[in-house]
Amino acid sequence: MRSMKHLALLLREVEDQLVVCMRCGMCQSVCPLFAETGRESDVARGKLALLDGLMQEMFKDPAGVSDRLNRCLLCGSCAANCPSGVRVLDIFIKARAILGGYMGLSPLKKLLFRQMLARPALFDRIVEMGSRFQSLFIRSVDDLLGTSCARFQSPLGERHFKALAAVPLHVRTPALNAPAGGSGIKVGVFVGCLVDKVFPEVGEAVLKVLRHHEVGVFMPDGQACCGIPALSSGDLESYRALVRHNLSRFAPGEFDHLITPCATCTSTIRKIWPLMAGDLSAEERERVRLLSEKTLDVSQFLVDVLHAALAEGAEETGERRLITYHDPCHLRKSLGVYAQPRSLIRANPRYAFREMAEPDRCCGCGGSFNLQHYELSAAIGRRKRDNIAASGCSEVATGCPACMLQLSDMLSRAGDRVRVRHVVEVYAEALDDNRQS
Amino acid sequence: MIGRALIAEFEKLLGRDNVFADEADRHTYSYDAAVLDPVLPALVVRPTSSEGLGRSVRLCGENALPVTVRGAGTNLSGGTIPARGGVVIVTNGLNRILEINEADLYAVVEPGVVTARFAAAVESRGLFYPPDPGSQAVSTLGGNVAENAGGLRGLKYGVTGDYVLGLSFFDANGEIVKTGARTVKCVAGYNLAGLMVGSEGTLGVFDRIILKLIPIPAARKAMLAVFDDIAKACEAVSGIIADKIVPATLELMDNFTIRAVEDYGHAGLPVDAAALLLIEVDGHAAQVEEDASRVEAVCRGRGAMSLRVARTAAERDKVWEARRAALSALAKLKPTVVLEDATVPRSKIPAMMNSLEAIASRYRLTIGTFGHAGDGNLHPTILTDRRDRAEWSRVEAAIDAIFDEALKLGGTLSGEHGIGLAKSRFLEKETSRATILYSRRIKTALDPKNILNPGKIIGE
Repeated sequence: MRSMKHLALLLREVEDQLVVCMRCGMCQSVCPLFAETGRESDVARGKLALLDGLMQEMFKDPAGVSDRLNRCLLCGSCAANCPSGVRVLDIFIKARAILGGYMGLSPLKKLLFRQMLARPALFDRIVEMGSRFQSLFIRSVDDLLGTSCARFQSPLGERHFKALAAVPLHVRTPALNAPAGGSGIKVGVFVGCLVDKVFPEVGEAVLKVLRHHEVGVFMPDGQACCGIPALSSGDLESYRALVRHNLSRFAPGEFDHLITPCATCTSTIRKIWPLMAGDLSAEERERVRLLSEKTLDVSQFLVDVLHAALAEGAEETGERRLITYHDPCHLRKSLGVYAQPRSLIRANPRYAFREMAEPDRCCGCGGSFNLQHYELSAAIGRRKRDNIAASGCSEVATGCPACMLQLSDMLSRAGDRVRVRHVVEVYAEALDDNRQS
Repeated sequence: MIGRALIAEFEKLLGRDNVFADEADRHTYSYDAAVLDPVLPALVVRPTSSEGLGRSVRLCGENALPVTVRGAGTNLSGGTIPARGGVVIVTNGLNRILEINEADLYAVVEPGVVTARFAAAVESRGLFYPPDPGSQAVSTLGGNVAENAGGLRGLKYGVTGDYVLGLSFFDANGEIVKTGARTVKCVAGYNLAGLMVGSEGTLGVFDRIILKLIPIPAARKAMLAVFDDIAKACEAVSGIIADKIVPATLELMDNFTIRAVEDYGHAGLPVDAAALLLIEVDGHAAQVEEDASRVEAVCRGRGAMSLRVARTAAERDKVWEARRAALSALAKLKPTVVLEDATVPRSKIPAMMNSLEAIASRYRLTIGTFGHAGDGNLHPTILTDRRDRAEWSRVEAAIDAIFDEALKLGGTLSGEHGIGLAKSRFLEKETSRATILYSRRIKTALDPKNILNPGKIIGE
């Protein structure tokens, strides 16, 4: 391990942002993790103080700081509520990369990120194989939610998870390059791992909606992960490889907008890619900038660009099914997207929309947080489940496949009869009705 | 340092999850919201029961370990910095509202209840708990009582201490002491609650707090008066009070703050105005109407350029959003924010504002001033970067000058933030040598080993 002095020096990169925190503690009122544990090291103020302490060499425990830094959903609630405007997520992402680089990755993470995730073709093959053999290890627990659980004692614990899709999207629809139709617009589609491998039906809904609106589609094969799982674990090397790979698949000149059905991918490409572009070549940086500016969440694209809306202002009536909406942190807190998905839902006349309490409270998934701290993740998720149940709705829509996994787990474990769907599925379904009428 | 055996004893008492001995964890309890250097505690414990709290205090007493009790750590005077090391006792695990009594208008709470959560719970029963410190979304009631926290409604409704009917607390030996009652009137024994309010954790550790509640006012009206001269705004403040009107809230914002708020939130504030008064009157509908028109007359009589009355709840919210944004807006301008709370008699506000302006220019500093003008409690907010050593030494000199000025005008070092570490060396100036010695004798009598938040308020 290199010297503390060296680490302190590395942390100077975030110093200008660290000093902005005035330790007022307002982040405590919105942090979902702090609400569960009440521990100062679990809230932004504490983590920022730890990083500051390391930088000032006030104590010498980088491993301890790294552990506490990793206990975070990266939901951005603190940053959205911070009186001083501390860019908490930027700091945490950078600090995780710095500490990750300084201390080295665990062998398991090295294997997962460098040997699998960062090699998209191999990753696809492993997942396809997993999909073929998974029925040996899991059994279905809820038909409505489509969840399963482990047959035997497993590292997945008590989770009710969505199994891998039998046929991932990239096999169903290998690659597309269709010209713009009546809309005169062509979009690139960044599918994202979860939509490709777990929720291909969401990807199909996206394509269907684009066809309906006569939007041209550029969907290259060999798409890779957006890189956030590697980066948030501090693996800058795998992250960079993934960004480069995606840059090689998506030439910004091919389309007007880059859309994704995954809140996390949208937020990563839009905000994190430029933030972490420092060590790319000038040419790559320019491509990152262009791509990031073109990137939109699918609901944002449909509502803001296409002005898609079919039957505005559907009121609650007895005949309509009640649906509610969960705000993914990466849409609402990071990108300010919250009205558009609601408009898309209201566009489906089969449903009446009803807001749940605390719709923008984090569901507790937080990507790898769910894997490393499942009990905490589930405790936070239960509050979301309670709010959904209290809304009395029979369906809950959201805009992030990771949230969909978490909501399915929570609802399935509670035995609720509530379906979990992506907003684009809800909207796509309305198009059928429209065609029939 | 604390030995392994003692840590094990705490773990047995409170559970392993509630005892933090790792350096990293301890480091996160080494600071509060004051701009002061952090001090690492030797151990942090988080009791979740009254019994656990009392026995923790006792254990510290037996081992002569300093105890710093911490709620949310939002205080601005360093009161929760563990200046002599020792044990930090975190109270946010003691967060139950035990009773809200609608018939007798009181509530019983544990010290770790978050203020805003309590206020909302009370309001859902049609009752009102007025103290609203700026940190209320986070701060705890125990901390509010220990610091005698104020807020925007201090002018009409008073501060936290005005709502404490009774208390139970642990003394330095971990024995339970009770004072006050659930009744409005109670003269049974010494007024120990009065001694405990604002004692900043130096005399005991709160176990339960009985708080007075009042009926929620039937009507409210907010307005915003614009002035082209800060002196006129200050005169209007004095004028309103002199006219025997007591608004619930009477807030002042200087031009620098107005521009910062407008840049930050685009609330539609007049950026050319030298000063704004944000005023709310409440009570019975008829009285609210009358008070509002009299306030309007006073403001116009003192040269207000314009006066906007909020007609709807949304407009009212907008007025208060602008005020609440003041600190955020200023905080975004510079890395370090020093929020002072020197307080003067209301009639001296014009003089104090002049002095603040002079101090800003004498020390070449940016100072935005806003605050609770109605009760004389101003928040001169110095914007700086602590890393700039030359500027920081000017900031320290300016803070001294602000205190001197406030005292010269017959005011006080602190209207609502407390003395803590930050101002303890100035307290003698406001009071007298004998006051400090008298206070120390009380402290020594009640806490002979000096374990309860040593070094705060009266030094050592």
